[in-house]
Amino acid sequence: MATTTPARGAYTPPPGGTGAASNGRGTWRSRLWRFDDKASPYAYIAPFFLIFGAFGLYPLLYTGWIALHRVEMTSLDQSQWVGWDNFAKILQDSEFWTAVTNTFVIGVISTVPQLLVALGLAHLLNYKLRASTFWRTIILTPYATSVATAALVFALVFRADGGILNWVLHFFGAGNTDWAEGEWTSKIAISVIIIWRWTGYNALIYLAAMQAVPTDLYEAASIDGASRWQQFRKVTIPSLRPTILFTIVISTIGSMQLFGEPLLLQGGTLGSIGGSEHQYETLSIYLFNYGWKLGHLGPAAAVAWAMLVLLLLIALINWIVGRFVRKSAA
Amino acid sequence: MTTTSPTTTAPDLGPAPLPTAPGKGRARFKIGAGQQLRGGPFTYVALVVVGLGSIFPLYWTLVAASHDQQRVLDTPPPLVPGGKLWHNLQAAWEQAHLGKAIVNSVIVAGCITVATLFFCTLAGYAFAKMRFRGRGVLMTAVIATLTIPPQLSVVPLFMMMSDIGWGGKLESVIFPTLVGAFGVFFMRQYLIEALPYELIEAAKVDGASNIRIVWSVVLPVARPAMMVLGMLTFVQAWNDFFWPFLALNQENPTIQVALGQLSASYTPDQSIVMAGALISTLPLLLVFVIFGKQIVGGIMAGAVKG
Repeated sequence: MATTTPARGAYTPPPGGTGAASNGRGTWRSRLWRFDDKASPYAYIAPFFLIFGAFGLYPLLYTGWIALHRVEMTSLDQSQWVGWDNFAKILQDSEFWTAVTNTFVIGVISTVPQLLVALGLAHLLNYKLRASTFWRTIILTPYATSVATAALVFALVFRADGGILNWVLHFFGAGNTDWAEGEWTSKIAISVIIIWRWTGYNALIYLAAMQAVPTDLYEAASIDGASRWQQFRKVTIPSLRPTILFTIVISTIGSMQLFGEPLLLQGGTLGSIGGSEHQYETLSIYLFNYGWKLGHLGPAAAVAWAMLVLLLLIALINWIVGRFVRKSAA
Repeated sequence: MTTTSPTTTAPDLGPAPLPTAPGKGRARFKIGAGQQLRGGPFTYVALVVVGLGSIFPLYWTLVAASHDQQRVLDTPPPLVPGGKLWHNLQAAWEQAHLGKAIVNSVIVAGCITVATLFFCTLAGYAFAKMRFRGRGVLMTAVIATLTIPPQLSVVPLFMMMSDIGWGGKLESVIFPTLVGAFGVFFMRQYLIEALPYELIEAAKVDGASNIRIVWSVVLPVARPAMMVLGMLTFVQAWNDFFWPFLALNQENPTIQVALGQLSASYTPDQSIVMAGALISTLPLLLVFVIFGKQIVGGIMAGAVKG
C-alpha cells in the first residue's frame, strides 16, 4: 500500500512526510482518519462491554452488597445493614447443604454419562456415513427443545401412575417406582432430562474436534500396528483433550444453573422446594425459593455468592487435576 | 468453517453401495486410517437407537397432546396420536394466554437476534482484523464472561429492573442479552479466516472510512456466519427460561414462562400442558427441519477453537 493518497490504515506509518506535505486541509483529513482508525475498534467492541458492565458485572458486585443487607421483595427500595447474618442464616440451614449436595450429585451423574456417550457418538459420526447430515440433525433436535418442554414431557414419562416408563418397566418385572419421590430416582430422572438435551450437542463439538485431527497421525499409528481401540485411546483422546476440558467446564457451569428441570419435574409448590423432602432441590431452586417465593432477597444474594465460591473451588480442583494429569502423562 | 475438510461436509450420498455388506464390515478393521472408514452395520444400528431416543420424547408430546388426560395416563398408554389435538390446543391457547405469549416471544427473540448480529459482527470484526491496544486482554475478558452463570446477578438485576420501571416488562429480558460473548467469539473466528486483509486495505486505499468498510466489505463477507449465529441466537432466546421466569409475570409472559405457569396451576391437565409444549416447540422444530444443516455446521464451526 504505497502512499500517494493521504495514506491511512493501521499498518502504515503515520502519513506525516508523504505527498504534498501539509496543505492545511490534508493534515486535517489525515488526522481525522487517524482518529477514525484509533477509535473505531473501541467503538465496535464498546456495546459488548457496556451491556456486560451494566447487566453483568455491576449486578455481580451489587449482589455482594445485597448479601450484607436485609432486602424484602415487598419493599425493594428499603435496605438495612445486617453484616454476615444472611451468610450465617444459609450456612446453618440444612436445606442449603442438601441443595449443595444435590447440585453436585446431579452434576456428576448427568455430566459423566453425557460426555462419555457424546464421545462414542462422535466416534460413530466420524465414520463415512450415508446421510451424515441427517444423523447429525436428528441427534441435535433435543437441543432445539426448551428446558420447559423437555422437563414437562419427561415429567409425564416418569410419572408414578400412568407414566410410560413404568409401563415399559413392568414387562421386566419392575415398574412401581415413584421416580420423583425417591432420593436417587428423582436425581436420575433429572439427569436423564439433561443428558437427553445435551448429548447430541456435545457429540457435535467432539466430532468437530475429531475432524481436525490430522489423518497421518492415524496412518502412523496403524503402521505401528495399533488396533482401532488403541488408536482411539492414544491418538483421538489426547488430541481431543482441550475440547474435553472445554466441555467439562461448560457442563459444570451448566449444572450449577439447573433450574427448569427440577422446578417442573413435579411442578407447583413441590417444584419450588425441590420435592417433598428436597430430594432434588438444586442451588438455583434454593435461591429462587428464598428470593422469589419467601421474598427474602438478602439470603438469596448470599446463595449467589456461595455459588460463586463453589464455582471457584471447582475451577481450582479442575486446574489441579489438569496439572496432575499433564505431569503424569509426561 | 474452520475445520471442514471436503470428505466430511458433503452430504455423503455418494455413488457407493450401502456399506452394510458383511464383507466390507469386516474389511474396515484392516484399513486403519481414522477418517475415511465407512460405518458398519453396528454404526447404523447404534445411530438408529440414539436417533429414536432423540425423537421419541417429542413424538410423545404430540401423542399426549392429542388424547384426553385420562387416556394418556391409562395403562397401556396410547402410542399413536388421537383425535383430541385441536381441542387441547385450543384449551391451552385460552388457559395460558398463549397468543400473547407467542407474540412476546417473537418480539424478545427477534430483538435479541437482530441486536446480537449487529453488535457481535462489529466486535468480532474488530477483534479479528483491527489492531488496537489491549486487544488480547479484552478478548480474554470477553471469553471469561462466558463462565459467569446468570444466577450470580439475578437478585440485583431484578431490583434494578423494577427501579427503572422495567419490572415485568419485556425490556427486562431483552436488554441483558443484547450481545453475547459467544457471538463475538463466533464472528471473530469466522472473520479471521474468511476476510482477507487485502480487501480491507484496498478499501482503505480508495479512501473508505472504517464504518464504510464495515458496511460494504465486512458485512457481505460475514453474511453466512451471521445466518448461523442468527439461528443459534434465536433458538437460545426463544428457549430461555430462568431469567424470564423470574422477571416476567403471568400477565405478560414469554411462551416458556407461560408454559411453566400452565404446569404450575393447581390441577394441571397433562394433555393441555403437552399441547402448550407442542405449540412452544413447533416454531423451532420448523426452523430445524429447514436449516438443520446450517445449524449443525455452525455449532461445529464455533466449537473448534473453543
